[in-house]
Amino acid sequence: MSVNEKRTDGRFQMDRRVVVPKLVGNPKDFLIVSGLAGAVYDMSSLTDQGDYFYGLGGAMGGACMIGLGLALARPDKNVLVVTGDGELLMSLGSLCSIGVINPPNLTIVCVDNGHYGETGFQKSHTNRGVDLELFAKGAGISQTCTVSSEDQIEAGSKMLRRVGGANGTAFVLMTVAPTEAPKVPLNLDGADCRRIFLKAQRRAA
Amino acid sequence: MNAPKTAEPPVCWQDSLFELLVENGVTQISHVPDAGHSILIERAANEPRVHSVGLASEQEGVALAAGADLGGEKAVLLMQSSGVGNCINMLSLMKGSRFPFLTFVTMRGEYGEGNPWQYPMGQAVQPVLEAMGVICLRAERPEDVIPTAGAAMTMVWKSEQRVAVLLAQKLLGAKKF
Repeated sequence: MSVNEKRTDGRFQMDRRVVVPKLVGNPKDFLIVSGLAGAVYDMSSLTDQGDYFYGLGGAMGGACMIGLGLALARPDKNVLVVTGDGELLMSLGSLCSIGVINPPNLTIVCVDNGHYGETGFQKSHTNRGVDLELFAKGAGISQTCTVSSEDQIEAGSKMLRRVGGANGTAFVLMTVAPTEAPKVPLNLDGADCRRIFLKAQRRAA
Repeated sequence: MNAPKTAEPPVCWQDSLFELLVENGVTQISHVPDAGHSILIERAANEPRVHSVGLASEQEGVALAAGADLGGEKAVLLMQSSGVGNCINMLSLMKGSRFPFLTFVTMRGEYGEGNPWQYPMGQAVQPVLEAMGVICLRAERPEDVIPTAGAAMTMVWKSEQRVAVLLAQKLLGAKKF
């Protein structure tokens, strides 16, 4: 597939390496869970594998519900889930299970590049008309927005950070170009990641 | 002469199991609608100490349990044997990261089952769970349930294991067809 063909849809323009950090801001303001592939690279890079971050290297479709379990357990913290279009398409029911509870300390960011980057940039359903923000709305998630251009980042960031108050879960769809996420080394030892996360939370308690 | 003893109302094992879970600090109970779990689901919905989380599909409850653990809470997944099949790949999250995991599975497709559609998954539950690193304990009689659940909780939260308590169809009674 040519680069031109990948870029035919005007929604998928921004460089994730630039706009994901802009959207999230200081990652230490959150407990963060990421899905696999692009999202785990984005967040491993942004957090420098921080001890407040747990990222998946597999278990595709798990990120949103890990975020829900964490958000319910830690109402004192804001929980940020970062996922991709491919992972979210695999677990759309999770949006419904989250929407009916609608915890105000949970935000989901879907970095949507319209492709399965990890397996060779095959087009995903979002590149063929599927709108994941509409899914989130339909699931009953009360605050949603789409960020497709640089001038929309500020509004997305405000929603993500609950500027003006939180009355439920927020969902931010960020559409980006089908380009590589930052290729930082990952810690793929899940048990190690869990232990680091738990230790940091115990220390902070 | 002693007055004849009035019979105590029988306490069903479902109520005892719910109380055991809550007393032991379970705060997240996730579930897909199921006749065998209906008492626990109903009680979870009305228990202020518990987050009752309805699921669209069972694997969501596996991931939820991982998140609860990261937040220092204990979660339990209630499902039917058919739901075990929906959980398989998500169990790699639990085994790979050594998350504690406890599920109660109401069995179909075994003792006295009248619906042939229930057999393929029902008969596969234990080998499939064991292949994914989940230890299976079976309860066949009402008096087995509480000791088995107690043993399972020790295995899960003291030894950080993954355990499924299989509530046998013999215990639950086969659905009539």
